[in-house]
Amino acid sequence: MPGRAAMRRTLYLMWKELLELRRDPRLLNIVVLAPVLQLLLLGYAATTDVRNVPVVVADADRSAASRRLIEQFNESPYFTVTHVVTTVDQITPYLERGTAWMALDIPAGYGEKLGAGQPQTVQVVADGSDSNSATVGLGYATSLVAAYAQRLIAARSPAAARAGLDPRIRIWFNPRLESRDFMVPGVLALLLVVVTAIMSSMAIVRERELGTLEQLNVTPLGRGELILGKLVPYAAIGLVDVVLVIAVALLWFQVPLRGSLALLMALTLVYLLTALGLGLFVSTISDTQQQAMMTAMFFFLMPMIYLSGFVFPIENMPRVIQALTYLIPLRYYLVIVRGIFLKGVGLETLWPQAAALAVWGVGILVLAVARSSKRIA
Amino acid sequence: MKKALAVGRKEFRQIVRDRRTLSVLLVVPILFLLLFGYALNWDVRHVRLAVDDQDHTTQSRDLVSAFVDSDYFDLVGAVRQDQIRGLMNRGDVRAVLVIPSGTGRRLLAGRTAPIQVLINGDDANTATTVMGYAQALLNGLSTEYRLARYPVTGRPPVTVEPRIWYNPELRSALFLVPGLIAYIAMLTAVISTALSVVREKELGTMEQVRMAPLGTLSYVTGKSLPYFLVSMISSLGIVVVAMWLFDLPMRGSWPLLVLAIALFLAGGLGLGLLVSTVSDSQQVAFQIAALVSFMPTLLLSGFIFPIASMPVWLQVTTYVVPARYFLVVLRGIVLKGVGLPIVWPDMLALVAFAGVVLGLAAVRLRREWA
Repeated sequence: MPGRAAMRRTLYLMWKELLELRRDPRLLNIVVLAPVLQLLLLGYAATTDVRNVPVVVADADRSAASRRLIEQFNESPYFTVTHVVTTVDQITPYLERGTAWMALDIPAGYGEKLGAGQPQTVQVVADGSDSNSATVGLGYATSLVAAYAQRLIAARSPAAARAGLDPRIRIWFNPRLESRDFMVPGVLALLLVVVTAIMSSMAIVRERELGTLEQLNVTPLGRGELILGKLVPYAAIGLVDVVLVIAVALLWFQVPLRGSLALLMALTLVYLLTALGLGLFVSTISDTQQQAMMTAMFFFLMPMIYLSGFVFPIENMPRVIQALTYLIPLRYYLVIVRGIFLKGVGLETLWPQAAALAVWGVGILVLAVARSSKRIA
Repeated sequence: MKKALAVGRKEFRQIVRDRRTLSVLLVVPILFLLLFGYALNWDVRHVRLAVDDQDHTTQSRDLVSAFVDSDYFDLVGAVRQDQIRGLMNRGDVRAVLVIPSGTGRRLLAGRTAPIQVLINGDDANTATTVMGYAQALLNGLSTEYRLARYPVTGRPPVTVEPRIWYNPELRSALFLVPGLIAYIAMLTAVISTALSVVREKELGTMEQVRMAPLGTLSYVTGKSLPYFLVSMISSLGIVVVAMWLFDLPMRGSWPLLVLAIALFLAGGLGLGLLVSTVSDSQQVAFQIAALVSFMPTLLLSGFIFPIASMPVWLQVTTYVVPARYFLVVLRGIVLKGVGLPIVWPDMLALVAFAGVVLGLAAVRLRREWA
């Protein structure tokens, strides 16, 4: 029976791959342990929260009122007043060196005029070379001073303070606005694709470079069997990775899992196959491992990281590029993993993403098989 | 030195012959700059907003138009209370403005009118920005209503005048360029060097190299020189293209910039060599190199995620990530126009990093060759 023979051939290839992996314990260690260690480390790093912004204050007034204003900044979790100087010119070196990201400039006569009922303006300078922190920091500073002004009005005239709107802002899904719960699933997705795609991108080109692909060619092994035989052992390792990183996310970072674990695992498996397929595809279109590395890193991993919505929201991108992001499998998986973790949604909401991911995975595997056939024949 | 040049020439010929690698190294970084320079930004605009207006008065309509006219929010439509959850779950709207009935009456009577804004917080960064917008809008309106009634006592005694230095329009291309250079230099330097050395081990040509009358030092210099040059060209290419297309101001001195890139690349090459001494196959080398360069440069350098917000133990860890210093130096030279008097501590750190990894790599290589 041809089917059975094919199965046996594929199994032999898998066996060979596993033997090779066993012989190279370092690869196995790295591939299994590194993602866990990296997630432990990077899960803490990947936070876009802006906290403890170092602020230098130019207090030209040196009055009780100016000290009260500085206190407002110091008491807020968002700012840390690191230095207090006297004139505006003195803030420049702090911002240039990057030891302060923001500067608060209180003009001379601030306290006196405030006491006399004259409205005062304080200047807040932000270092725009990190544009995100600058925007967020300025936002915090503006609302902090607005709230302080409100309290000053209330002290003077309670009736005036009562007039007006009272914004009550409620944040859903992530009330403490911790970016960690949002980023840890993202780092998980990123690590999985980096580790598995790198591993499999070397799989076939390695045999070509070492000359053993010729040997495989003279065996009756077919193209589909070659791809399958390479895919399954790596998928097995990838699966171990999946279990480990999800465990770290849940048990260590305690990212709330509001949706179904089974669904998460199932869709992660689809994603894993996509990543492996991508790597194998890269492997079939490269002549040397170095080429495979370049192709994988620059053409696939870099765009994936930046255009998938991992950190930079897709909705902020220009229309043309938004359309381009539909080509990126990580985009779909991010929606899935964040949806299941944070919103607890199920397949009824996520089916478009799941379908797109599956189509992507099957497509890239078919392409890999088709490409490898040309080289083998 | 001659021997080193000979190895360098051989390596260079290999790179040139491999058209794809060369074009990837030289052209793709600039393509990325174009793509990312336009694509990536933090400015949150066009926030999809739904409105649940239970009041239906002039005042409530004023509120809605204040949001819509702000060009931060796009009105998706009016919703009822029970539709909100579905819309938020699917991500169809990011924010919902809820105006309770009685708002208009309260405002006219000079009483406090609570207004609710619901924001989807899954992306904490965007949510923070949206929250800032909403707060600023509502505060502004609130002041108007208060002033209409209490022209004197209702005036806010303190206001903020925000100023942004170095990148006043907060263009993301300006903030991306230093990060991209760090990223690309790190990748080419670390991964290419590691792979090119391990490749010789794997293909067995390492034996030939060892038998040749060639010292470790000349071999290593020769191996890394071509990658050094290619990375340098592509880094400077990024700066030039960014100046031309994105009006990147190059405010500091060019020699200092070249020196900083050279120091950073030296560290990267050293790291690559070090990786090559601990791996026997390119597969392993690629994994290790990606894990020590790719991820830390992205996540621990302060490029995207501010270091000050990390836990203290992790902040300490970032001191061993060379990209951290490199970013400070680059942003300093390019955007702030500062010189050595300001950036010397970070330059020194780059020197130290390069020295340590190159030394370690030399020790390990010598042991391997002995």
